[in-house]
Amino acid sequence: MTNISIDAPEVVRGQPYPGAPDNWKRFFTFSTDHKVIGIQYIVTSFVFFLIGGLLSMVMRGELITPEADLVDRTVYNALFTMHGSIMLFMWTFPVLVGLGNYLVPLMIGARDMAFPRLNAVSFWMIPVVGILMLASFLVPGGASQSGWWAYPPVSLQNPTGHLINGQVLWILAVAISGVSSIMGAVNFVTTIFRMRAPGMTWFKTPAFVWAVLGAQLIQLYGLPALTGGAVMLLLDITIGTSFFAPERGGNPILYQHFFWFYSHPAVYVMILPAFGMFSEILPVHARKPLFGYRVIAASSILITVVSGVVWVHHMFASATPAWMRILFMVTSMLVAIPSGIKVFGWVATIWGGKIRFTTPMLFALGGISNWLFAGITGIFLASVPIDIHVNNTYFVVGHFHYVLYGAIVMGIYAGIYHWFPKMTGRMYYEGLGKLHFALTYLGTALTFLPMHPAGLMGMPRRVASYDLEFAYWNVLASLGGFLLGLSTLPFILNMVSSWIRGDKVGNNPWRAYGLEWLTSSPPTVENFEETPIVVSRPYGYGSNEPLVGNVPNPGLTEFPESFTQKTTS
Amino acid sequence: MTVYAILAALASFWMAKQSYSWFPPEAAAEAKLQDDLFSLFTGLGTFIYLGVIGPFLYSLVFHRASKYDMSDGPPIEGNTWLEIVWTAVPLVLVLTLSFVSYRTYEKMAVRGPMELVHLHMPEMMQSAYAKPFDSTPQQDIQNAMETAPIEQIDVTAKQWAWIFHYPKQDITSTELHLPVDRRVRFTLRSEDVLHGFYIPAFRLKQDIVPNREIDFELTPVKTGTYRLRDSMFSGTYFAANQADVVVQPVNEYQQWLADAASQSPTPAFNQAAFEYSQANDREGATKDKVAVRGWDTIPPAPPPVVNYAPKHEPDIAVLNHS
Ligand code: HEM
Ligand SMILES: [Cu+2]
Ligand SMILES: [Cu+2]
Repeated sequence: MTNISIDAPEVVRGQPYPGAPDNWKRFFTFSTDHKVIGIQYIVTSFVFFLIGGLLSMVMRGELITPEADLVDRTVYNALFTMHGSIMLFMWTFPVLVGLGNYLVPLMIGARDMAFPRLNAVSFWMIPVVGILMLASFLVPGGASQSGWWAYPPVSLQNPTGHLINGQVLWILAVAISGVSSIMGAVNFVTTIFRMRAPGMTWFKTPAFVWAVLGAQLIQLYGLPALTGGAVMLLLDITIGTSFFAPERGGNPILYQHFFWFYSHPAVYVMILPAFGMFSEILPVHARKPLFGYRVIAASSILITVVSGVVWVHHMFASATPAWMRILFMVTSMLVAIPSGIKVFGWVATIWGGKIRFTTPMLFALGGISNWLFAGITGIFLASVPIDIHVNNTYFVVGHFHYVLYGAIVMGIYAGIYHWFPKMTGRMYYEGLGKLHFALTYLGTALTFLPMHPAGLMGMPRRVASYDLEFAYWNVLASLGGFLLGLSTLPFILNMVSSWIRGDKVGNNPWRAYGLEWLTSSPPTVENFEETPIVVSRPYGYGSNEPLVGNVPNPGLTEFPESFTQKTTS
Repeated sequence: MTVYAILAALASFWMAKQSYSWFPPEAAAEAKLQDDLFSLFTGLGTFIYLGVIGPFLYSLVFHRASKYDMSDGPPIEGNTWLEIVWTAVPLVLVLTLSFVSYRTYEKMAVRGPMELVHLHMPEMMQSAYAKPFDSTPQQDIQNAMETAPIEQIDVTAKQWAWIFHYPKQDITSTELHLPVDRRVRFTLRSEDVLHGFYIPAFRLKQDIVPNREIDFELTPVKTGTYRLRDSMFSGTYFAANQADVVVQPVNEYQQWLADAASQSPTPAFNQAAFEYSQANDREGATKDKVAVRGWDTIPPAPPPVVNYAPKHEPDIAVLNHS
């Protein structure tokens, strides 16, 4: 089989720069190769996913009985604060940046990101953030207890009286993570605008790249607000300014505006790349072009814009005047339209396809079905009268975990399985993958569905103890939570063992249409021997059009052997 | 296809009916309005869910590639007409849902901050409500507003106690008593941090912001005892910051006010203060029960001193044995 990098010697594969270590050690260097950085992000964040998950197991342990009896109330408060913060700032954001880092340059035919050294610096700030977050458990007074929102005045209260306390460390960590994300965003946006291969017009650019662009644009307009709010909060805590402190005449609601102006769109920073992955994975495993590719691509940008004007829906029950409640209700509901367009496009993509239930496909399908559910409960929340009852209850907790775990984490898993052969040159074990999927899908439903009825009955979120009437649903949710904890084991086992001795695969084991599949697996140092010249759209199944003009397109018209072996056995 | 659509419609209708049973009793007129709205959302939501998941599952079951089928699916990349339809349908749908939600919100007439002015202009209210959308709960609200003077109650939230003050009689209580079928207006205040005034049986909630007085109205329509919970995270003993709400017939309510007025103020039981004293007391009951001890906390306010304090300190000996 012909291949553009067929005669690249084995040793330079995946090597960050000439002379660099060509084994696992390269992942511990200050490498500027986007592929190494991508994997650094992915692996680091996964460690924090496990830590955040352990914290949630303890929380579910506490909540399996109505009384606050497993951990003290202060500990419980720190647990949910750190669970939320770690899951968002140390897992979801970084792992998606990692996947984007790995994939975007390959998908657009670039040799690296626009600013490779900046890229490495962005990554190395992440371990610093993680260390600060974890260190806060060790300072006197313990980790922050004010929730990942850190709403003042609770976040301004400091019973220990020490200047170095959990809340201050938390703000520092969030600020550094913000700086890292802004640098990353500049890098992504520049890369996507300036470094696409010749011939890759906007409407020949893969949907994933569009999604990453939309997400990173949000980072650029939103993060300054969050960072500004965080700095003001820090000044209030440390030197006693009075931006938000009511006893000094400050306005705590102002903080909420700063916070949500970024943090609502931040949801889309996380979900857009997951959407992008669904859009890449479905065509490959259903063997059909992405249906409505143009509208799916453009809807990413539409989401970027609309999600910038919905933040007040988190504040319907704050002291928000009626006109604002109504205005933001309408804008919030409008986000359903670009999101809906995508769902319809995905359903039409698999309709009449030749579907193969590989592990990435299962995760993508599972993620889409969960997103459908979460999107519908999201419309409920946008409605002011319904939100007045359910906000700050477990209904919201159920809803956002359906988004975060049901759709985003599933999307991430789908992406990791799908591109695992590209990243490592080896195939994962299908059986373990399917077991992982089954446990994850069941665990998600068992953990997060029961939270909805508990919330409708009136169980507030962030409680260490609750009334007896909520016990039934909480026992179910706790059992589900432990199942989800268990579900990560086959994944770890699969990744580690397949990376070490999984079957070697060719460059394009899925017979996928995309530039990243034209190079070797794992890709060579500079990604492509020869810059590809793009002549047609991605996802050209059934049309037999070549994707690029200057190099042969291996595997697009014929099946690589590894594919037939792996998925039909 | 048509069969599936009919089945989906029936299932949606069933879910919409079912949704009423997911809530606590409808103890306020506003709750009825909200439950109707929720039921509508549930019905439509179920229909959309089934409408999408049906074809989705259908393709998963019937459009699988057979084992040795290596061919591609049909290269259909889009269909302009279809794309316009499925942008337009959701658009119409969400605009409708926004409009219906807006109507419900208007009928509930919960005053947020700064809206009290309207209340002194009954003729304005009249015109706003004399629309053909009238439903019974709305009528209840309107009757309550017109037939009797609005009950005024001051609510103070703090870390971690609720205190209810009846200004006319100058009575304080840690239990909230309300007359049935009367419009009640609360003035909400916080002494320290954000709190949330939330009575699930009423489906109503309003955050309380320090340094601000927030007016809030509702109409209880069903006698009974309900729970008031703090809904905005307020620090260590947040979960324990709860109170009982007793809705009673007007004459009983008046009687309660009279009885309470005759009592001299006593310190009320307070869960936060109780746990705090236990935790700092070496022999304490909670201390032994908690597996992992925690960190320092803001000390809870001392137990409130009120005319009416229904609950008493639990017997520690009993606690130790349970
Ligand atoms: C085994 C899986 C998980 C379980 C059992 C779990 C459980 C919980 C629980 C019990 C809470 C507290 C809810 C409350 O009282 O407000 C919570 C909060 C939260 N979780 Fe999870 N969670 C899981 C996974 C995740 C994941 C994967 C993410 C993000 C990607 C996430 C993000 C959050 C956030 C942002 C909060 C809010 C924290 C706050 O209120 O400050 N969780 N989770
Ligand atoms: Cu417990
Ligand atoms: Cu939001």
